Amino acid sequence: MSEEHGVQHADLGNEIVIPKVGVIGSINNFINKTLVITELEVRKLRHDPTELFTRAAQPALWMLVFGEVFTRVRAIPTGNLSYLDFMAPGILAQSVLFVAIFYGIAIIWERDLGIVHKFLASPTPRAALVLGKALSAGVRALSQAVIIYLLALLLHVKLSWEPLSLLGIALAVILGAALFSTFSLIIACIVKTRERFMGIGQVLTMPLFFASNAIYPISIMPDWLKAIANINPLTYEVDALRAMMLVGGTSVYGIPFDFMVLIFSTIILVVIGAKLYPTVAR
Amino acid sequence: MTESILENSLVTQNKTSKMNNIILETRNLTRRFGDFTAVDSITFSVVSGEIFGLVGPNGAGKTTTIKMLTTLLPPTSGNATVGGFDIVHNASSVRRIIGYVPQLLSADGSLTGYENLLMFAKLYDIPRSEREKRISDSLHFMGLADVADKLVRSYSGGMIRRLEIAQAVLHKPHILYLDEPTIGLDPVARETVWKHVGALAEQGTTVVMTTHYMEEADSMCDKVAIMNKGKFAASGSPDELKASVGGDGTTLDKVFEFYVGTTLENGETGEKLKDVRRTRRTARRLG
Repeated sequence: MSEEHGVQHADLGNEIVIPKVGVIGSINNFINKTLVITELEVRKLRHDPTELFTRAAQPALWMLVFGEVFTRVRAIPTGNLSYLDFMAPGILAQSVLFVAIFYGIAIIWERDLGIVHKFLASPTPRAALVLGKALSAGVRALSQAVIIYLLALLLHVKLSWEPLSLLGIALAVILGAALFSTFSLIIACIVKTRERFMGIGQVLTMPLFFASNAIYPISIMPDWLKAIANINPLTYEVDALRAMMLVGGTSVYGIPFDFMVLIFSTIILVVIGAKLYPTVAR
Repeated sequence: MTESILENSLVTQNKTSKMNNIILETRNLTRRFGDFTAVDSITFSVVSGEIFGLVGPNGAGKTTTIKMLTTLLPPTSGNATVGGFDIVHNASSVRRIIGYVPQLLSADGSLTGYENLLMFAKLYDIPRSEREKRISDSLHFMGLADVADKLVRSYSGGMIRRLEIAQAVLHKPHILYLDEPTIGLDPVARETVWKHVGALAEQGTTVVMTTHYMEEADSMCDKVAIMNKGKFAASGSPDELKASVGGDGTTLDKVFEFYVGTTLENGETGEKLKDVRRTRRTARRLG
């Protein structure tokens, strides 16, 4: 080791040369670093997976209590789907949202520990730091999807097992988690303290969830709420999930459009997040 | 005997060849937060291979200076180059050649020591073929090989600090920044950390560090800058500083008192709640 160090610095001379990388090199580097950050988060999860199971309680309650009751009430027009079938994709989207929306608190925690500082002083592209974390939220959300599929099976929801649909579901779940976790990161970068973040997180979750088509169709909403639901990315996630998850599920906006909204929103948020992320260390 | 003379002359030669090799240079580096000037137009340079110490009371601007030099915080005015690269315009190049250990204990507690190093090896593009060897060398060097597969959560404060230093030098940076590396450590752990920092410096790594402990600055640093209210009150080698206030039998503590007007122990100059909280938090984590 000492020899290696000696050689390195003797070679140094007066000028330090950093090899230049082209566009392809930069893109490669960006993808690599994004995956390293995701790997890091997944390794943490592997050391302590209890969180994944405790998180399963909430969707289970929604499906078992809310779903079972409303299936009997028949108060909500759900077309050819039973209410339980209708809400299952909504509850999947909800747990993705809940996994992701408090992600920002980890950023504040890591700032307080100085972890953020170390990553920012490394040559990792800022957008890779943000997107890597976003994708790791996707991994967490995928584990939720598995649990919700199990619940749905138990409750005889008419699930579609077409491979392409399953792949689409996985993609929509990862995208949704990436989108909302980056949104959460941006809020954390702006408010900067845990207390304020918790307050705002609570305030945002409810409207995001209820001003969407997760547990009732948009058609029954008053106009002002419709307007909000139409710009709520969760609506498009639920729409895509509902079309792919269920036998006989249909999409209101078209699956390609849903995905475009999710991808486009995620990109915009990652770009904003990459700009704001360095400010948490200041 | 002859051997040691030879060695000595080699060392001297080495030192002289490094003399004009400036690795870090600042010009009127300034940072303001609103009306408060945290760092006030400081100009200094660090020679390659040197251990450079920034000492001063809390709120003197040491951490702000380090944050600017590590590209975390853009200066309000003035500039600085690290290895010839501008910290603002060429920040990504600067990041490749520096290592940084923040004041807080920042190793990831939910990963193992090995994983902490592995992740940084990947982030710093250490080639796959060298990765494992470098990680295991560095774990051995820092005396952490036995606990490599334990979660860092279970480490003592001194072990975490050593792991962090290992993490920061894995990519063989040209310059290593240590912000209060021994804060809150017990004397034994502190000494171990210093032994390792000293060894890194022997191997040619330039070290820029902040500290509260005068005796440390005295024994470890080639050059010391006393910082107060955002400015350099004095700088030079520990001996030069001592000579400047009256030579024989003087300690750096006395020098500090002379320039800052109070000793560090009682020094409440400009100490902000944030700093105190931060120090306490670090201390708490160290148990």
